[in-house]
Amino acid sequence: MVQKLDWLDETPSQTAGPYVHIGCIPTFAGLAGIYPEDLGLSPIADGAEGEIITITGAVFDGTGWAIRDAMLESWQPDAQGLFTGQPGTDPKVSGFARFAADGESGEFSLRTVKPGPVALPGGGRQAPHVALWIVARGINIGLATRIYFEDEDNSADPLLARIEQRHRVRTLLAKRTAPGQYRFDIHLQGDNETVFLDL
Amino acid sequence: MTDSPLNAPLIPRNRVIHPVPCDPDYKTSVTRSPNLPLQSMDSTPTEETGPRFGHALIGPLDNNLILNWTKGAAPAIGERILVHGRVMDQLRRPVAGTLVEIWQANAGGRYRHVKDGYLAPLDPSFGGCGRTLTDDEGRYQFLTIRPGAYPWPNRVNDWRPMHIHFSVFGQSFGQRLITQMYFEGDPLIHRCPIAHTIKSRAQLDRLVAPLDMAHARPHDFLAYRFDIVLRGRRQTMFENRPEGM
Repeated sequence: MVQKLDWLDETPSQTAGPYVHIGCIPTFAGLAGIYPEDLGLSPIADGAEGEIITITGAVFDGTGWAIRDAMLESWQPDAQGLFTGQPGTDPKVSGFARFAADGESGEFSLRTVKPGPVALPGGGRQAPHVALWIVARGINIGLATRIYFEDEDNSADPLLARIEQRHRVRTLLAKRTAPGQYRFDIHLQGDNETVFLDL
Repeated sequence: MTDSPLNAPLIPRNRVIHPVPCDPDYKTSVTRSPNLPLQSMDSTPTEETGPRFGHALIGPLDNNLILNWTKGAAPAIGERILVHGRVMDQLRRPVAGTLVEIWQANAGGRYRHVKDGYLAPLDPSFGGCGRTLTDDEGRYQFLTIRPGAYPWPNRVNDWRPMHIHFSVFGQSFGQRLITQMYFEGDPLIHRCPIAHTIKSRAQLDRLVAPLDMAHARPHDFLAYRFDIVLRGRRQTMFENRPEGM
């Protein structure tokens, strides 16, 4: 026998299921009026400093089908690379958003400010990125990934540097389709499987 | 009790206690689970920070699912229950002021959702969602009705046990968790492919809320207790050192 540790295991996850919208974005789900508005409608308020961008995409299952019931959350810093809660952040940037795949097309859209690079406490910095968390029916534990940008300098990013199969890095790069417009598709499986994260 | 310090790394997730991502008995998971290993790394400021929500967000009936859909005009149909518990981290620290959201079927097992076509009728007095912030000790409570079990399209005759979905934020984006609470004594739990995506019986039992008669109110409601544990942070004197040391 040895001494007992007194820390706990995390509570196990379960799928968010097909009706996650009821709990998280009830107005979207048809429960308008139960709250004044859905949480996380926008990660920015008017007047946020920096380049305003729109990222569109879809979440594809292993058969190539754009899933219609996914809910996504994003978390990001402001244009200076500071997160809400840190000193000196842009008060117009909350950094958090919730959005859903369209029930007919599966497309999602996020309008936000382009994030700045994030200084790391131990030195170095992360390239500009938006953290994503994806839940849906059939996803038993939320999937974490990141949106980086193909038109930024990603060469010194510590996370991207750890990806052994270098051709997979592109699965984390949003493609610039027009000024201020980016495309970021998420592939749960297949040849273009997105790099998902455990951190 | 103080908040965990920012910039302390999160304790790595122990994936063994969580559901397997791909489980053939839960058919939808087969095409929606990554085939390749997750890319692992120590947490960064991106995961160690997170959104905070204030009391201004929360309306007075938001944690009362019996009344919130009709703004108090008519109570929902069903067995009245109190669901309460504590949100804490792995080091048993209370997670104070964090947003807890729930959603559930009505007493007949029907969700108020355009894609739910089950035979059981909608209850005009029940919406099916609620939210609250934990108090300084990490406690939360909801007044609601016991949700019904319902059939779902998986194998030919699969039924979901009575359950309430929970979404919890914690203090950082890397703690984000969605799970489900089950009810003590429900014989459908151990027939449910979704519950059994968790392969450890002991871990699945942690999602089963016991009947809590000490918090039941006579002639009013029964109570169930459901505690939630989020990821903690590493806290040693050797954290926050410069890289390479």
